[in-house]
Amino acid sequence: MLLLGASGSGKSTLLSLICGIVAADQGKVHHGDVDIGAMRAGARDRFRAERIGVIFQQFNLLPYARVIDNILLPLRFAPERRARAGNGTTEAKRLCAALGLPAGVSHTPAGQLSVGQQQRVAVARALIGSPPLIVADEPTSALDAATQDTFLALLFEQVTEAHSSLLMVSHDERLGDRFDRVIRIEDVVSTVREAA
Amino acid sequence: MILRLAVGSLMARALTVGMTVLAIALSVALFLGVEKVRTGARASFADTISGTDLIVGARSGSVQLLLYSVFRIGNATNNVTRESYQDIASRPEVNWIVPISLGDSHRQFRVMGTTQGFFDHYRYRGDRALEIGTGHGLEDLYDAVIGAEVAGALGYSVGDPIVVSHGLASFSDHGDQPFRVAGIVERTGTPVDRTVIVSLEAIEAIHVDWKSGAKIPGRTTPVERIRQMDLTPTGITAAMVGVENRLQIFGLQRWINEYPEEPLLAILPGVALQELWQIVGVAETALVGVSAMVVVTALLGMMAMIFSSLNERRREMAIWRAMGARPAVILGLLVLEAMLIAAAGAVLGFVLLYLGLVAARPWVDAAFGLWLPIEAPTVRELWTLLAVVGVAALAGLLPALRAYRLSLADGMMVRT
Repeated sequence: MLLLGASGSGKSTLLSLICGIVAADQGKVHHGDVDIGAMRAGARDRFRAERIGVIFQQFNLLPYARVIDNILLPLRFAPERRARAGNGTTEAKRLCAALGLPAGVSHTPAGQLSVGQQQRVAVARALIGSPPLIVADEPTSALDAATQDTFLALLFEQVTEAHSSLLMVSHDERLGDRFDRVIRIEDVVSTVREAA
Repeated sequence: MILRLAVGSLMARALTVGMTVLAIALSVALFLGVEKVRTGARASFADTISGTDLIVGARSGSVQLLLYSVFRIGNATNNVTRESYQDIASRPEVNWIVPISLGDSHRQFRVMGTTQGFFDHYRYRGDRALEIGTGHGLEDLYDAVIGAEVAGALGYSVGDPIVVSHGLASFSDHGDQPFRVAGIVERTGTPVDRTVIVSLEAIEAIHVDWKSGAKIPGRTTPVERIRQMDLTPTGITAAMVGVENRLQIFGLQRWINEYPEEPLLAILPGVALQELWQIVGVAETALVGVSAMVVVTALLGMMAMIFSSLNERRREMAIWRAMGARPAVILGLLVLEAMLIAAAGAVLGFVLLYLGLVAARPWVDAAFGLWLPIEAPTVRELWTLLAVVGVAALAGLLPALRAYRLSLADGMMVRT
C-alpha cells in the first residue's frame, strides 16, 4: 500500500502512531484485531519490535555499529521474531546477498557504506525475522533515480518473499502503479497545526 | 550486543570521550595519589623512631617532649639532672639508655649532644639503623656527625670546620672551639637528617666559659686545658631508653613518672606519635576532601559531555526506539555509557598512579624522605574505584532521563 502526501501533511505523525511510538490522544490504532492504543507503552514497544520493520528516509543505521549488528538489532527486543529468523547471522547474510550487498560487508561499520548500500542494509534489518508489516518512510528520497528503481525492485522482491505487507509513504505519485492500493493522505486526514 | 554497541558508540566519539576519560583518570590518579602520600606520610611519621621503648625528659606534655627530643622542634622546659639520669640508668629493667642534650644550633640546624649509644640504638622505619655514609663516627672531642640534609644544604663534606652557635637563634658563636665534620649520616627521612650530632662531652666543653647562657667576660680556657677537664655533664635534655623486656615498659614508665626527686616524664614514642598525628591529621583530611572534589568535578564534566552529545544523537535514539527498544533501554544505554567512561577513567587513573609512583618514588624518597610503597591495590582503593563508577552511574542518570524524555517526545521521526 502506498500512502501519498505532501510534506507537512502528517505522514510521519501517522507512521509514528501506526508504529506505536506515539500514543494517540483520541481515536484508535488497530493492527488486525489488536488495538495498540489500548496497550501499555512497554507492550507497544514489544509489539513494534515483533511485528513491524521500519525503514527511514535516511540515516537508518547506527553508523558506529557493524552492518551485522545493525541488522540483528531489532531481534534483540523481539524474542518471537528472533525465533522466526532462525540463525540470525546466517539469515542476515542471506538478506544482504539477496539485496545485492557485497559479500564481505557485514563486518564493516555501517557509517562507511554509501547511502544506497545503507538503505539496503535498512531493508535487510526491516525484513529480518519476516515481520508482518514493513513501514517505509520515503525510503528512496535520498537515492538518485536509477538507484531508486533497483532499490524498489529489490524491496518488492524481498517483501513478497517474506510474505509481509508493505506500507510506504511517499510524495512521488509515479510510484502508484507498483502498489496494490494507493491512498492520498488528504483523503483520510485533515491536518491542523497549532500556531507556534 | 548492547554492550558492544555502547562501546562502539563511545569509540565513534573517541576524541570527546577520550578527553573525558583522561580527565577522570587524572582525577582518580590524583585522589589515589593523595591517599598514597597520606598513608606514606603517616607511616613515615610513625617510623621516625622505633626500637626505643621510652623517652624521658623533664615533666611537660608528651607531645612537647616528643617534639623537642625526636623532631627537634621547640625547647625543653627543663633539664634532667645527672643524678636522675643515673638513677634511671641503674634500674634493672633498663637495657640501654642514650642521653641527648639539645639547645645549641648550627645555622638553621639543631646541634644534639649524645653518645655512641645513639648510633647503636636509634632505629627508624622498622629496624633500620643509622648508617654513616662517608667519614666515621664520633671519635675526637670536637668531631661532629651531620645529617644528610645538613650536608646538602650547607655543602659540607668530611673535614670541614663547623662553628656551633649558642642557643637557637643567637649571634654568639662558640667560635673558640670549632668542630670538624667527621662523618655524614645517610639520608633517613627522619629529623636526624637535619641534625648536627656531637658528643655529650663536647656540649659541656663549649660551655666551660659560659654561665647562665652568657659568656663569662674575659675568660677563655685554652682547648688543651679543656681536654684535660672532667666533662661529665651535669644535666641532659632527655634520654632514650630501651628495656630488657617489653613487659616492663609500663612499670618503668610509672616509676619514672613518680620519681620523687625531680618531676620527670616518660612517654611511649608510638603513643605520642599517634597523638601528634591527630593534630597534624587535620590537614590530611582537607587534602582528601579537595582531591575528592576534583573527582566530582571530572564526573560533572562527563555529565556535561553526555548532555551536549544528546542533541546530535537524537537520530540514534530514534533508531533504537523504532527497532522496538523501550525508553528504559535508552536510559540504560546512557547510564551504561557513563559507567564505561568512568570505569575506563578509573582503570587508566590506576595505571597512571602506578607509573607515577614508579617514576617519582626515588625522587620523593630523596627529597622528602617519604617512602611510598608500591603494592597491590588495597581494598579501600578498589572501593574508591567502585564508588567512582557508582557516582558516574548516578551522574549519567540525569542526561539519561533527558534522553528518555526526548525519545518519548520525538517518537520515530526526529525533526532536525
